[in-house]
Amino acid sequence: MIFGYTYRGSSFFELLKTDCPQMLPDFSSVDTGKVELVHGTTVLALVYQDGALMAGDRLATEGYQVATRDIEKVYKIDDTCCMAIAGAAGPAIEMMRMFRLELEHFEKLDGHELTFEGKANRLSFLIRQNLPAAMQGLVVVPIFAGFDHQKERGRIYKFDVTGGRYAELDYYGTGSGGKDARSSLKKSFRHEGLTRADAIEAAVEALMDAADEDRGTGGFDLARGIYPTCKTITTEGVEDVPEKELVRAYEKVIERRTGL
Amino acid sequence: MTAPFYVSPEQWYQDKAEYARKGIARGKPIVALDFEHGIVLLAENRSAGLRKLAEIYDRIGFAAVGKFDEYENLRKGGVRYADMRGYSFSREDVAAAGLANEYSTALGNIFTREMKPFEVELLVCEVGDEKNTYYRILFDGSIFDQANFVSIGGDREKIERILKEDWKPNMPLGDAVQLGIRALQRGNERGTEGSGKLGYDGLEIALLDRRRQARRFKRLRGDEIDKLLG
Repeated sequence: MIFGYTYRGSSFFELLKTDCPQMLPDFSSVDTGKVELVHGTTVLALVYQDGALMAGDRLATEGYQVATRDIEKVYKIDDTCCMAIAGAAGPAIEMMRMFRLELEHFEKLDGHELTFEGKANRLSFLIRQNLPAAMQGLVVVPIFAGFDHQKERGRIYKFDVTGGRYAELDYYGTGSGGKDARSSLKKSFRHEGLTRADAIEAAVEALMDAADEDRGTGGFDLARGIYPTCKTITTEGVEDVPEKELVRAYEKVIERRTGL
Repeated sequence: MTAPFYVSPEQWYQDKAEYARKGIARGKPIVALDFEHGIVLLAENRSAGLRKLAEIYDRIGFAAVGKFDEYENLRKGGVRYADMRGYSFSREDVAAAGLANEYSTALGNIFTREMKPFEVELLVCEVGDEKNTYYRILFDGSIFDQANFVSIGGDREKIERILKEDWKPNMPLGDAVQLGIRALQRGNERGTEGSGKLGYDGLEIALLDRRRQARRFKRLRGDEIDKLLG
């Protein structure tokens, strides 16, 4: 199979489309009126002084039921960026896998990484490919955040169903509790001097607000020890924020709000 | 009408083999050897853009000598093969043995069917949790697997003699790189920079480090090489 491919370019998606179209994920024939789908709920991102931070709750719903209590919605794509998914979980996770491979494949074939802009463009292309399925109700609208090594700062992109790409946001939240998370971040975000600890606290508070207002968003599950996912993306790469720090931020917010 | 020429198959293959060998012997050699945390690959290469060492997959590295366009095509084919396989099965299902086999089949077919054989020699290596594997694939599709170290390109036997003498298990990275450079220098009788000394700026070094997560391949930057060699 070394010489068996007709496609000669650097895109893995195009390679599949040209040489193995049967392997392409195709969700366009799903009738969402007939089946209950798994949905991821609230994810958010914000920029801070060292880069960008991404967080998400852990709940996945299936209609009015809980599907999974500890799903991951924030994924590391490579050393400079992460993608957070909301909406239909199946197609979203498939898109994340494809996106990760798309960037790796390009890097290996061309010998250098895509620029941050180039990566966002590729994701927007993949979202556009999902448009027929989105029209059936399988909407995938991720957030893309990372550290832009050319511009030397954290950056966030949001997308719409058609693959429309909107950049240069300070913070953003999406999913069923996205609006509540955004309103919360609006109050706590500031342009200057937002430290890592501040950013973690702002994200935790926003997720708590979202869980408070939205049925579909999971909160801190202290009994089971399930906490939100939170990742930072800086010049050092992508790092998970330890659970201990999340719990500390959670306690701080409670303390501030109740005066205890 | 003139009678068609008759060339015996023996003669035909011998000529092709000789042609390919000549092309490959002109290429500068490459070495790869075990160090304590994986595999280190070294090539003499003055170009910063055209590379001889490459990443194929999580644990698999690739190196080649010979004609650039030919091995570049083989490398790209290898990346497509590995990514496709990893996507349809799992990342753990992509192994060097399968890839080396594909290369052997492809090169064997070209050697028997085409007018001109490929003038390349390939190295496919895989870092394991304890043991590493090396496959050397020749222009005619013949394939050899070796342990601990390997060299491809001109002066291979001389270089491997040096490696055989001085290679030890669990060498620290610095020592393994020094040994690799020594082997490359001694093998290259024509010498570089007049004195026969291999300048560090003309070196391409890459690692397959088993301590790394997921993608083990890492190319060393110039400053990292300088630091390593003091």
